[in-house]
Amino acid sequence: MEPALAVSDLNVEILGENGAFPVVSEMSLSVRPGETVCIVGESGCGKSMTALSLLRLLPDGARVASGSIRIHGEDFLAMDRRKVEDFRGDKIAMIFQEPLSALNPVLTIGEQIAESVRQHRRLGRREAFARAVKCLELVQMPDPERRARQYPHELSGGMRQRAMIALALACEPKIIIADEPTTALDVTVQAQILGLISDLQKRLGTAQILITHDLGVVAEIADRVIVMYAGRRVEECSVYELFENPIHPYTIGLMGAVPHRDRSKAAPERLTDIPGTVPPLWDLPKGCAFAPRCPGASARCLEERPPFIEKKPGHFAACWEHDNA
Amino acid sequence: MPDAAAPLLSVENLKVHFAIRSGVFQRQVGEVKAVDGVSFSIGPGETLGLVGESGCGKSTTGLALMGLVKATDGHIAMQGAEDVTQMRSIPRSYRRRMQIIFQDPFSSLNPRQRVRDIIRAPLDIHGIGATEERRAEVAKLMSLVGLRPDQADNFPHQFSGGQRQRIGIARALALKPDIIVCDEPVSALDVSVQAQILNLLADLQKELGLSYLFISHDLGVVEHVSHRVAVMYLGKIVETGSKEAIFTKPLHPYSELLLRSAPAHDPRQRHKFSAVSDDIPSATRKPAGCAFHTRCPLATDICRQIEPRLERKADGHSVACHHR
Repeated sequence: MEPALAVSDLNVEILGENGAFPVVSEMSLSVRPGETVCIVGESGCGKSMTALSLLRLLPDGARVASGSIRIHGEDFLAMDRRKVEDFRGDKIAMIFQEPLSALNPVLTIGEQIAESVRQHRRLGRREAFARAVKCLELVQMPDPERRARQYPHELSGGMRQRAMIALALACEPKIIIADEPTTALDVTVQAQILGLISDLQKRLGTAQILITHDLGVVAEIADRVIVMYAGRRVEECSVYELFENPIHPYTIGLMGAVPHRDRSKAAPERLTDIPGTVPPLWDLPKGCAFAPRCPGASARCLEERPPFIEKKPGHFAACWEHDNA
Repeated sequence: MPDAAAPLLSVENLKVHFAIRSGVFQRQVGEVKAVDGVSFSIGPGETLGLVGESGCGKSTTGLALMGLVKATDGHIAMQGAEDVTQMRSIPRSYRRRMQIIFQDPFSSLNPRQRVRDIIRAPLDIHGIGATEERRAEVAKLMSLVGLRPDQADNFPHQFSGGQRQRIGIARALALKPDIIVCDEPVSALDVSVQAQILNLLADLQKELGLSYLFISHDLGVVEHVSHRVAVMYLGKIVETGSKEAIFTKPLHPYSELLLRSAPAHDPRQRHKFSAVSDDIPSATRKPAGCAFHTRCPLATDICRQIEPRLERKADGHSVACHHR
């Protein structure tokens, strides 16, 4: 099947005081309709910058240096502003982490969804509002008629996130980018929203990219996973393969670092911590960016950056030492 | 190991109520019962995990223990000390024995103070040691928490999030306390750094025999660090027991819901999460009877009318539910 979204060799940089430095390097990914790709990593790994560049919403000072983004085969980076605005919301939409700052505080939920619908469809005010209520029903908002007339601050965190999902889905885009959609929520509400996201995807067949730092969320929702570290992909494979046979020492380290409930194994006394911290993107080490923290790093790892290659069918990683192991 | 017979800290019927004021004359129009009759005890060398979702009163409980918010009612007693809530101000002898680590290592350190002065502050306030001794103590504390003592003259912004949390821990350890209240100490940190801090806290407990009140919303973290666990919901402890009891045989429907909602970390054992929203109340509009009845699959008439008491069901395992 043709991918709904295809990114190839994307490089994003930030213009700093001492020149430009890369925040996303050599990023390639594709998502097919009905597929969920998770991008996982810690703060500063470039996952949110990747998400923003996919909607051409990069903040001032950041820009795409090279690469291509194709949406349904069309070159998204070459489009003029008007066409980009036509695409955004209609073909590709985003769900943000903080609904309270992403929603407009002075418009009711219904007005915001209607506004987005009217931007892309020839509908009257009343019809658009009715459509908004329908969208709120779709995301199982309790009492949608009444909620549509309320302002964001009148809703609970979970309901706000439902409203934002309704807003993203208003024009039935085929591609959804969700940046940490459940991070700000309590665990019981997170479960509901994860349930909602996967229900909706089954019904609508959207292609999804979900950005998260939480491996638990990845295990619940991903089909395929990309692990990022310091602006680069370090591993990519199916979710089953990732949890059963992780290759990259960073992925392995992350899995050992998270205390989680695995009834099949006795709880470890100590967590396996990853020493040190993520290097700043303006001062990356010469070789593999993870080498200074890696338990298996060799002299080569410190000198040369390992290529991101297929280690076994469908399983990609960037690590020198795996080849020797 | 935990000694149930002689608790180090015991808290009984702790209440923290806040007035809701409104209008020109700031008339009191209501009350938020953030903590509403909480009792627990912590033994020497023991970690009690206090778990619950936002707004359940877990952090307020910790702050009340520290005297950082005023308790409305209740008794807080520490082995060998008087009942501190009965006093007008928290005595220093008590404060010395109980310290706190905050969630956000960015806002809990004074950005204009050098690390040396931040860690030294408790020693200065309590007048412990001569200047030279304090300086030596700071260096010792820094190495104890894995910081380089030669960085003592740096400011907080020169450190990463994980290192800042280490500074907060060093400050908390300065007075050689018996108990540390850990208020979400790792939730602001990246996963790989979170593990470093959790391991450090475990090492310090072993080395110094510390007790922890570990406040967190993260079930995985709570299960990892705790000996005993208390589950809070809207100002009350609804279930308490050993870690094993709570995580393998939870009794309260809310504990069950929490455990069911936690992601599995195994793609082959995915949950079937329901997308349906339930009616989540808040501390300002607390339901009558059992506060959980609006979300509870077992709720009956009695739950809507009478608030269940925390009752002992098995050894050390108590639950507040009419149906369990």
